[in-house]
Parts: sequence; structure tokens; C-alpha cells
Amino acid sequence: MSEDSIISLSNVNKWFGDFQVLQDVNLEVKRKERIVVCGPSGSGKSTMIRCINRLEEHQEGTIIVDGIELTGNLKNIDSVRREVGMVFQQFNLFPHLSVKENITLAPIWVKRMPKAEAEELAMQQLEIVKIPEQANKYPGQLSGGQQQRVAIARSLAMKPNIMLFDEPTSALDPEMIKEVLDVMVELAEAGMTMIVVTHEMGFAKTVANRMVFMDEGRIVEEAAPEKFFNNPESDRTKLFLSQILNH
Amino acid sequence: MNLENQFNTRKPPVATTGLIGWLRINLFSSWFNTAVTLLVLYFLYQIIPWFLDWSILSADFTHNYKGEKIIDRTFCSRVANPEEYHGACWSIIIVRFYQFIYGFYPVDQVWRANLTYFLLAVALIPLLVENLPYRRHLIKFTIVFPIIAFVLLYGGFGFEIVPTNKWGGLLVTLVLGVFGIALAFPLGIILALGRRSKLPVISMVCTLFIEFIRGVPLITLLFFGMVMLPLFLPEGINMDGLVRVLVAVTLFQAAYMAEVIRGGLQAIPQGQFEAAQSVGLSYWQMNRKIILPQAIRITIPSIVNTSIGLFKDTTLVIIIGLLDLLGIGRGALSDATWMGLSNEVYVFVAIVFFIFTFSMSRYSLYLEKKLKTGINMGAD
Repeated sequence: MSEDSIISLSNVNKWFGDFQVLQDVNLEVKRKERIVVCGPSGSGKSTMIRCINRLEEHQEGTIIVDGIELTGNLKNIDSVRREVGMVFQQFNLFPHLSVKENITLAPIWVKRMPKAEAEELAMQQLEIVKIPEQANKYPGQLSGGQQQRVAIARSLAMKPNIMLFDEPTSALDPEMIKEVLDVMVELAEAGMTMIVVTHEMGFAKTVANRMVFMDEGRIVEEAAPEKFFNNPESDRTKLFLSQILNH
Repeated sequence: MNLENQFNTRKPPVATTGLIGWLRINLFSSWFNTAVTLLVLYFLYQIIPWFLDWSILSADFTHNYKGEKIIDRTFCSRVANPEEYHGACWSIIIVRFYQFIYGFYPVDQVWRANLTYFLLAVALIPLLVENLPYRRHLIKFTIVFPIIAFVLLYGGFGFEIVPTNKWGGLLVTLVLGVFGIALAFPLGIILALGRRSKLPVISMVCTLFIEFIRGVPLITLLFFGMVMLPLFLPEGINMDGLVRVLVAVTLFQAAYMAEVIRGGLQAIPQGQFEAAQSVGLSYWQMNRKIILPQAIRITIPSIVNTSIGLFKDTTLVIIIGLLDLLGIGRGALSDATWMGLSNEVYVFVAIVFFIFTFSMSRYSLYLEKKLKTGINMGAD
């Protein structure tokens, strides 16, 4: 792996039963790099990023995150999860806790931060995602877009070096997609290392340093967005782009 | 942007139906409902006056119809003069009230039992009143209450020892019920988590335990605790009879509690586990802070249901010779001075049980209501 890589996947293979979901995946991500992963459903995009914080276990190959190799070693897994924040398609906020408690929970329990400090931190994060006025509500009282922004704030509160986004806007009504993407663009501008699985190609064009196209568990094409959208090499990529861009 | 304030919304129309409207909607909405309503009213008309007459208006309490103090069954109006009198004779309860409440607990030590009853009420307060000042600290008292109660009732630490074979009546019923539920709850949580564990040994041991206990009637477990448990203990250690029964009752309840809680755990979406892990929570933190609060919340009705079941099942201890509330009642009936007053005894015991179980069920409703407000549990 190269010197400045923060994430490095080499020859990663993974099966669900007999079905191979990841086939010889190799990916190097540099610090502050922003990668957008796209591809048809079932192509292994989500599985790949879920392997990076060990929500899924890979069976072959190596994954190294910020110098820590992901193995069965629980300590390593904990350290990696502290480095890596994740935002899910279904938000996955904790419904029994208020917005503020959702955000302060991990700093208080994982980092042993005093409560007052954690609450101040939570308010800062809510400012970043532009909903400080919702701090005392419960997730069920918020719109989808607001919930997703709380989820982003919750991840940011752990001060991760890397953020993974697993189709963060796919479960949102169209008019709420922008408010979430705006937050993600600001995050990118602030220098966060990001891997984003999304079909929002407008977002990809403005934010991504590199596009990764996956199909059938393989990385089919990796290119700068300019080249990826205007002059893709693989026929599979061309077909995919023609389908999602011309509708 | 707050969409609620963008438009001037109208309030829903005020209900104008009133009492007549309520009756029409709820009791007489169709000919069938009307018939059922009338039938029920007729039965209530038959039963309520009769019961009031039997239990209060025509009943003997301390003195009979001649004004004599009742000292045995022959003084009861309904025994002395069955032609004219039919009301209940509560003297059997009044005379033996002490036994019903404390069993054979020594009179000079009974303040300890009273104090325990009182502290039980204190321990329940933080569970019942939400906006209590210092509630967090009072909850700590609730948690250690079983230990305090045991020391108070049994003795030691300067108190005279009152062996458990002296305990009886409501005291035994409550000790078995409260301790059984309080101890089974954490044990049930651990068993439920254990059964879902990814480690095969732990999951297998928990599954075997749960399935074994569930496959065996409580009576069998009680006999097991009474007869066989001492054989497994090292020589010289003599486990108290009530404690052995308590062990059996707790294990029985824990197995059922475990399955109830496991049902709740299975209802929690996978995303909750993943979100908890992705922010770095450990297995125990995740369960304690995220998974169990939600799982327990959705299983409250079932938890209370099995708890009520256990509370009533404690009457089974009579078959191994412990005298709980019902046992004391049966004891009173087998006494020649009071024989034949079974209606009074069983109605009294039923009322006491009803007060406790009905309170539990109301508490469950209160909890459900309280926990629902303002919280939308994701999927629903």
C-alpha cells in the first residue's frame, strides 16, 4: 500500500453462502480523498463499504484502515470503528433517545466524555448539519431529511477520520435530498475522507475525486469523474451511465 | 423550515355527542350490541346487589345478629340461624388476620415484617411516579430493596433470626412473587442474550436451560427444589426451604422471561445493531443502551403477563408444605372451630390476589402509555 493511503483493500473476497458478493476487490483511498461508488443493485457496493468498518466480515484478502488491519481481533475492530463514521440508508437513529442523546451517547460511553462537554459537542454538530433547534425532539418527530442529518451529526461527534455513506439519500423524498447532499458537500469541502455509495450523479460530479463503478462484486472501472462520465472505458459502465443519466 | 406553522390549520370539530351520544355509539349502536348491553345490565343487576348484601349488608364482622361476639363458627349468624341469615361471616378472616398477613411470624418481631411491607411500598414509588425529585437515587434503593428485605425478615446483623418456616400468608406470597420476579428479570435478560449469542457454547447452554425449564411443570421444579436440590449441595450446607423454593420459582420464571425478551430482541431492526456498532459501542453498551431498552419496551405487556402468571402460580407452594396466603386460608378451614366457612376464605384470598394482579396490569398499561408518548418507534 502506498504511503498516504488511509484505506487499503487488497484482493478482498467475500461470499454470502455460495454466492460471491466481492471478487478480488482492490481499492486504495488517500487521506482527504472523496470517492463515489456506484453500480447496479446487488453489485457489492454496500457490502464493500460495510467491510471497511467490519459490519460485514470479509473472508479473503486484507483490509487496512489507518494502519490497522481488520481481522477477528476485537480490539482492532473497536479502534477502526472509532476512526470510521457511517451513515445508513435507513438513518438508523435510536428511536427511544432524543436527538441530542443520539449524538452524545457514543462520546459519553465510548470516549468517556463528561456529559456537559458531550452536549456542547452535540450542539456544535447539530449546527454543522443546520438543525440545532431539533435537539430535544425524538427521531420519530423529524422528517427523513432531518433524521439523516442527525445521523450524520451522530457520526461526526465521534470525530472520525473517514466517513462512509451507504446510499444516504435513497430513502428520502425528493425535496429532502438536497438538504442532506448540501451537508455532505460542506463536509467534503472541510477535508473529510469520504466513501459514498450513491446514485446522485450530480453530487458525484461536484464532490468526487474519483469514481468507482462496481458490477457483480468486481470493481469494473475507476476514474476521475471527468473521464468517468464523458469517456468511460468499459461497456458495462457506458450501459449503466446511459440508463441512469437518461431518464 | 417548520412546515407546521406555514398555514393556519383548523382544529378538529369539537365532539358534541355528550352522554346520550356516547351511549348510542358505545352501547346501542346495533340491535346485537343493544341485546348484549341489556343482557350484561341484567346480570349486573342480579349479581351486584346480591354480592353487596352477602358481603357487607347482611354480613357478620365481629358480632352476630344477637350481638354476641363471634368466637367460633357456631356463633356465625348464617350457621346459628340459617333460615333467616345468609350473609358472610368475616370473623374467620378477622380472627386469623395476623396469620393471613404474617403467617406464624413472632409477634414481638412483627415490626420487622411491617417495616418490610412499608419499605416495599417506598421501593415501588420511584417506579410509579415519574417526575419524582431524586428519582435516580430512589431507584438505587429499589434495586437493593430485596437484600434489605431479606435481612429484615430473616434476621442476622443483630436481628433475631426468624426461620422461614415461621413465615406465611401474604408475606410468603409477596416474598416469592416479588423476589421471583425481581431476580428472574435480570436472569431472563442474560439468558435471552445468551441464546442469541454467536458463541455456540453459550447459545447452546442457554437454549438447553430454557427448553428444559419450559418443558417441565412448575410443580416438578418445586419438588426438585425441595427434594433433590439438597442432594446436589455439598454436605453440611443446609439450604433454607423457602430459598430452595425461591430458586425453583426464579429459574422457572427466568426461562419464560428469557423467551419473552428474546421475542423483543428479534423485533429490533438489524440497523439498530449496526448503528450502535458503527459508533463504536461495545456489545454490552449496545445492549444496555440501545437494544434492551427498546426490546423491553415492546415486551412490557408480555413481561407483566408472565409476572402475573408467576404471582398466581406461587400458590402451588402449598403442595410442598409452605403456607402462602391460600395455604393459610386452607389451614383456617381445616380448623374445627371455623370449618365450613370456605366461601368467606376463598373470596377474601381472591380479592387479595385480585388487588395485586390488577395493580400489575394497570401498571403495565401506564408504562405502555408513558413510553409511547412522543416516541415513534421507527417502523410503526
